[in-house]
Amino acid sequence: MSNISRDDVANLAKLARIDMSADELDHLSNELSVILDAVARVQEVAAADVPPTSHPLPLKNVFREDEVRPSLTPEESLSGAPASEEQRFKVPQILGEEQ
Amino acid sequence: MALKYEDVIAKYEPVLGLEVHVELGTESKMFCGCNTVFGAAPNTQTCPVCLGLPGSLPVVNGKAIEYTIAIGLALNCSIAPFSRFARKNYFYPDMPKNFQTSQYDEPICVNGYLDVTIETEEGPKDFRIEIERVHMEEDTGKSLHMGGATGRIHGADYSLLDYNRAGIPLVEIVTKVVTGTGKYAPEVARAYVSELRDILRGLGVSDVKMEQGSLRCDANVSLRPIGVEKLGTRSETKNVNSLRSVERAVRGEMIRHAELLNKGEKVIQETRHFHEDTGLTTPGRSKEQAEDYRYFPEPDLVPVAPSIEMIEKIRASLPEKPSVRRKKLQEAWQVPDKEMAAMVNADVLDQVEATVKLGTDPTRARGWWLGEIARIANEKGVSAGELPINASDVAEIVGLIEKGELTDKLARQVVEGVINGEGKPAEIIKNRGIQVVSDDSSLMAAIEKAIAAQPDVAEKVRGGHVPAAGALIGAVMKETKGQADAAKVRELLLKHLGQA
Amino acid sequence: MIKSSATQMAAALAKGEVSSLELTQLHLDQISKVDSQVNAFLFVDTEGALEQAKQVDAKRQKGEKLSPLAGVPLALKDVMTQKGVPTTCGSKMLEGWRPPYDSTVVTRLKENGVVILGKTNMDEFAMGSSTENSAYGPTHNPWDLTRIPGGSGGGSSAALAAFEAPLAIGTDTGGSIRQPAAVTGTVGVKPTYGGVSRYGLVAFSSSLDQAGPCARTVLDAAYLHEAIGGYDKLDSTSINAPIPPVVAAAKDGNVKGMKIGVIKELQGDGYQPGVLELFNQSLELLAAQGAEIVEVSCKYFDYALAAYYLIAPSECSSNLARFDAMRYGIRVGEGSAEEVMNKTRQVGFGREVKRRIILGTYALSSGYYDAYYGSAQKVRTLISRDFENAFQQADVLVSPTAPTTAFKIGEKANDPIAMYLNDIATIPTNLAGIGGMSLPSGLAKEDGLPAGFQIMAPAMQDDRMYKAGAALEAALLTKWGKPILDSAPVLGAK
Ligand SMILES: [Zn+2]
Repeated sequence: MSNISRDDVANLAKLARIDMSADELDHLSNELSVILDAVARVQEVAAADVPPTSHPLPLKNVFREDEVRPSLTPEESLSGAPASEEQRFKVPQILGEEQ
Repeated sequence: MALKYEDVIAKYEPVLGLEVHVELGTESKMFCGCNTVFGAAPNTQTCPVCLGLPGSLPVVNGKAIEYTIAIGLALNCSIAPFSRFARKNYFYPDMPKNFQTSQYDEPICVNGYLDVTIETEEGPKDFRIEIERVHMEEDTGKSLHMGGATGRIHGADYSLLDYNRAGIPLVEIVTKVVTGTGKYAPEVARAYVSELRDILRGLGVSDVKMEQGSLRCDANVSLRPIGVEKLGTRSETKNVNSLRSVERAVRGEMIRHAELLNKGEKVIQETRHFHEDTGLTTPGRSKEQAEDYRYFPEPDLVPVAPSIEMIEKIRASLPEKPSVRRKKLQEAWQVPDKEMAAMVNADVLDQVEATVKLGTDPTRARGWWLGEIARIANEKGVSAGELPINASDVAEIVGLIEKGELTDKLARQVVEGVINGEGKPAEIIKNRGIQVVSDDSSLMAAIEKAIAAQPDVAEKVRGGHVPAAGALIGAVMKETKGQADAAKVRELLLKHLGQA
Repeated sequence: MIKSSATQMAAALAKGEVSSLELTQLHLDQISKVDSQVNAFLFVDTEGALEQAKQVDAKRQKGEKLSPLAGVPLALKDVMTQKGVPTTCGSKMLEGWRPPYDSTVVTRLKENGVVILGKTNMDEFAMGSSTENSAYGPTHNPWDLTRIPGGSGGGSSAALAAFEAPLAIGTDTGGSIRQPAAVTGTVGVKPTYGGVSRYGLVAFSSSLDQAGPCARTVLDAAYLHEAIGGYDKLDSTSINAPIPPVVAAAKDGNVKGMKIGVIKELQGDGYQPGVLELFNQSLELLAAQGAEIVEVSCKYFDYALAAYYLIAPSECSSNLARFDAMRYGIRVGEGSAEEVMNKTRQVGFGREVKRRIILGTYALSSGYYDAYYGSAQKVRTLISRDFENAFQQADVLVSPTAPTTAFKIGEKANDPIAMYLNDIATIPTNLAGIGGMSLPSGLAKEDGLPAGFQIMAPAMQDDRMYKAGAALEAALLTKWGKPILDSAPVLGAK
């Protein structure tokens, strides 16, 4: 039985940047435990000699030419912005720091 | 009281790790066709892809792959027959998709090295810096922090985002652990970045302007007591944006670590920010709060598997190595080792070469770049290449000296004028009213005035004591405010006093 | 007229029996009449559609050469961007967002003169099998308004079944085109992965998502497939090869000598008896036309659902990270950027989306990657090998599309695992990247509701499923004497 605690879910929610109420955390930790039990079955057949498939197509080397193509206009780029100023996206204060 | 560097290296061995990010000089971005020109109006070089709009998809710029392979080859790396992009997941507002398309366990180039030479009091010393990997990723947007303390992230009320830079191709070059540099660690770090920059410039893959951020260095530093095998805890200093700063940052971190260790305290594994003004670092994000990046293969892109033919074609087109080029220049210019090293150190080799190409005598070209210009650069705390004076200015000035239209002293004024942004040499000469007084009659008037003022000296000269003329020449030069050609004054004076 | 097939409408347009403007207006009228009951549409672009129709009529008048579907109306799943037209993906997160660009599918529809009526309802970000997860209310199945129309593309399939549009665009990550088709008595095709551009398709799970045609007949689907398919240089995972000859195959419809493989693992326990009965009757009809029926085994299919529910959430946790209230979409709350992101994502995403994001975040996190995501990728390999072996023995593979007919709205809303089981037969094709089609097999004896017959073909052999599908469709039409949708209740007679 996989056991995803409430704290585990809280940590995951933090990583995924989603606020969650106490109720949501409780609910999800129960559901996730059940779901993880079901999906953990993949380990039964994932033998070392089976290569992983990350993509259904065997494509490789898909490149484009280094050519400048028209951009959107700044009006179009900013058209969906919740707020903008000086032709820039206006966002609340950023507390963390750049990576 | 800060610990002395001598005391640090007497007790500890520094271990380095250097990560250099280079913005590639492609015409278009890494995954879309937006322009990459520096300094465009905000958000004018953005599209659904580099804004990460829902539904948009990336397509790799083939040129960026070629450039990366060229860098790998120039750094003696193996080129992976199969490599992939991966998503590095973390949230940050300047990153439109909240993941960076990067490479993780399958980079394009691995296992290379770069040899560097530094000048020491015991003569030149060689070091081999081993390269772990060269991989591709994309740059982020830029944020302006508004309100509160100006421009700083802390205390800002809000931020404004410009995504013109988002999606510009970046190459990250990561060294293996660098040991064995001993007390030369700061110089080796600087020499490595300098050599790398020359290589990248030679390849033509980037404009490598550290001041504009197209080449950025993160320096990892740790100390271990001499004789101890186990590595110490490292700090990762970001924002190191000039060669000089690389050296200062490494030295500064070595001292800071040693102070902590001497006190029996622990070095914290964290990122640090380097401040150009103080030369010190301040703490950033500690690794305890480090994100779990949840890397996985980028499903929107297909693998890169360069053929042998493609790799060999790129290899064949590589330009000569900077070290080879330096040797050639040194022979052509007949420069002693020490002078050559001085030029490399002052980072003026390109400028001297360009000046010589314009027809200037190599010794004169070197003299100016290594002399007056380097002096001003030093005063301003920048490199000579960052000053607003170029090879054609210097060639023009040297030409005027040779024609006798400028004296060395006047020429220095012109150099200063160019650097102050007063215009091209010809304009400065005109605007400042600089001219060599070579008109015989006005010179003669000054000479006669000098003789009248010091008749006894004049008498000595007349009597054959030529060296005494110096005092009279000095007076003439003073009278003409330095605009006279001293040789000409001497000639006229001696003739006048019957000694020519 | 609105009950005709798209092919018939196109013929009428070509002959001048009707104008595109008239045809479009007829459909807009039907939408106003029935959509308050069905809720298939999230946005009806009345002006835009009429304008497009006028343009096609003008071109036809001038004698310009037009593509086969020119002037025929279509319903677009709200997961596809259309410049200036609201695109919500059924999420509150994107309420009011009007994308500044067209998806490649929309570009091609416009090039073909197909008239886009509006955007159809869906499970939020295509996550679901019932369209109950839409932030804008569920879509109702025209066969029984108390039942689900399938999902995630329930809006598109319901629009077809309610005669609000003769054609629709769907997207299929684990069955979102085929399962809705099955439970609404319509046709839905998931082409080979890479066969239709994903550019402008708001990603749920990038390595599984595939856009495709939804229609009321196999031939209509084939025409739409040809209109939207083919290489697109804006999508790195698009296949640079000609579209398989699907229209020709649908017109041919000859299965003589074709080997049809019945997948042993996709029947039996968990399948509704009436659904299985219809499936077997369909096999008999195909055999009667000269097809050879063989049984094949795909033993790793048992693990497909588990692998899918690791891969899709993992990719979605990353794909949906961009919805952060900074550049587009809604913004909720006060404080720092981080606080606003956290709050907006709490309010903007629904329960199922959050569940999958958290599951995916877990599956990708360090320490768990190999056990979950890594293992799921290996299962993907095993499933592809199963298909390869099976296609050595058969030209196409078949199964019921979904284990049951449409269930009641709300019936499985609180049991995610039961809900996930709906996709058990459709998911393997997504994992392997091959094509799959669902077409009606009849009405189940228990409840009189439509069931689906699934045909799968090897990658880039999509024409095979159109050939087999057309053969079965023709045989069933002969048997029933009328299209299946003629048996659906008439809506709007409230
Ligand atoms: Zn762009």
